[in-house]
Amino acid sequence: MRKAFNEELLKIARENKRVFLVLADIGYGVVEPFMEEFPDRFINCGVAEQNMTGVACGIAMEGNIAVTYSIANFVTLRCFEQIRNDICYHNANVKIIGIGGGVAYGELGESHHSTEDIAIMRALPNIVVIAPCDIPEARAAVHAIMAYNGPVYYRCGYKNEKDIHTKPVNFEIGKAITVKEGNDITIIFTGTIGYNAKIATEELEKDGIKVRLISMHTVKPIDKETIIKAAKETGKIITVEEHNLSGGLGSAVAEVISDSGLSGIVKFKRMGFPDVFITKVGSQEWIREQYGLGPKNIEEEVRKMLK
Amino acid sequence: MDKEKFSICKELAKKVRIHCLKMVHRSRTGHIGSMLSIADLLSVLYEFILNVDPKNPDKPDRDRFILSKGHGGAALFAILAEKGFFPIEWLDTYCLNGGKLPGHISHHINGVEFSTGSLGHGLSVAVGMALAAKQAGKNYRIFCLLSDGDCNEGSTWEAIMLAGQHKLDNLIAILDYNRLQALGKSEDILDLEPLGEKLKLFRWSAKTIDGHNYEEIYNVLSNLPLENGKPSWIIANTIKGKGVSFMENNYKWHYGGLTDDLLIKALEEIES
Repeated sequence: MRKAFNEELLKIARENKRVFLVLADIGYGVVEPFMEEFPDRFINCGVAEQNMTGVACGIAMEGNIAVTYSIANFVTLRCFEQIRNDICYHNANVKIIGIGGGVAYGELGESHHSTEDIAIMRALPNIVVIAPCDIPEARAAVHAIMAYNGPVYYRCGYKNEKDIHTKPVNFEIGKAITVKEGNDITIIFTGTIGYNAKIATEELEKDGIKVRLISMHTVKPIDKETIIKAAKETGKIITVEEHNLSGGLGSAVAEVISDSGLSGIVKFKRMGFPDVFITKVGSQEWIREQYGLGPKNIEEEVRKMLK
Repeated sequence: MDKEKFSICKELAKKVRIHCLKMVHRSRTGHIGSMLSIADLLSVLYEFILNVDPKNPDKPDRDRFILSKGHGGAALFAILAEKGFFPIEWLDTYCLNGGKLPGHISHHINGVEFSTGSLGHGLSVAVGMALAAKQAGKNYRIFCLLSDGDCNEGSTWEAIMLAGQHKLDNLIAILDYNRLQALGKSEDILDLEPLGEKLKLFRWSAKTIDGHNYEEIYNVLSNLPLENGKPSWIIANTIKGKGVSFMENNYKWHYGGLTDDLLIKALEEIES
């Protein structure tokens, strides 16, 4: 997905001379084409994320679109105050690209996991928070965020994630995409973990269970309408995210259900990391399963809720 | 600098100091020492150096000025009001309920380029602006006024390195070097010395001046950059609380509040 992101960004940079890539010495193997084609719009700040973020803000304040880029935790946590005070407060046109959200860098350990980023970014005013689920959605999202005027956090996958969408993606910020219709229960996911939800959905289909599967690619502003519709029509919602349970997608959906007065009529369950540091060592897929986010776990939660 | 320019600066700085004393007294807020420290630098900048226009505050070719030490914002608000960027009456609302002006500088006010208040942000943004200006072939300059505390922050040094790397000679940092910070002397807390040498090693051109001497300020800022192909750093030696004897060089006036009696005493000294 990060390769797809960089390919789309390069296309946009060819058309729009105001696009700058501002990074902190991360991106080996994928950012070089931009560096070679547009050296005057490629600023490598060195390993200095706070400065990278402030510099990007300054560049954006001069009428440009600045893209910051690093591993998801580095680009959000290390420089959080610059994102808050500089980018968001000034509503600067900066796109913050976090590579390898969740545990995409699974085996590299806790320092490289990003399991709070959605919650933290979502807490800021003025910012859009996006986590594409597969490569077609990621490609479409790049064009949407670059056309949007204002701060965006884009949580990007790291490898060749498998497709979830079967139809062409019509991407609109703040408008969820229904991957599959169904009226027995709704699964709402964000990001590449959606693939596990898709597998679970296919297994359940074999038993005649019709899951409505929704890609909530924009966690902020969240698509209230789609959530409320699903709550009313299916009465059961499970959220799935590769993120700590505190404050992420599940919390955002729960807020909508609660604020809409639907809590009494909806069965609701959040699936995510249970507020722990991920200490087990292994691949992304393996870690997901170890912490209850494998396809089987999702399938079981659905069956439990339908009992 | 001729006599006329000198007296214009002196007059504006005096007004700024009076405004600041009244503003912090009325609102029972702090940071007066940090405001008095920069009144002279700001006066020369806004009278004779910066290309800015109160009638057209967003004009594209304006010089950019970022006050990184946002806690001294009242001094900049006072300057901007005196120069006609917004009504002078707004100063009376500083830090009060429903007021126009907050305790740290805000871009919601005409003439303010960027909001700050947390130290260590201004120079990075200024570097971004300087890079963008170079890339676009624009001639305006980017000024950033920093405090001792600003230079404690690692992000400031990240910005210093990047500016040197990119030879940003359209960037001018001015350090309000009063050598005092919230809890004491900078040299006892986190000594910046030998600052000029450090900056030169970081590929900047640096020059030390007296930050209360209008002529020195004017001369150095009229001949920028200090060196072609390098960012300029003006080390302005200043006195925290400058102009009020009982505040001068006393770190307690970083946060200290003004009683009615002390306000009268301070105003007498400034106006005399």
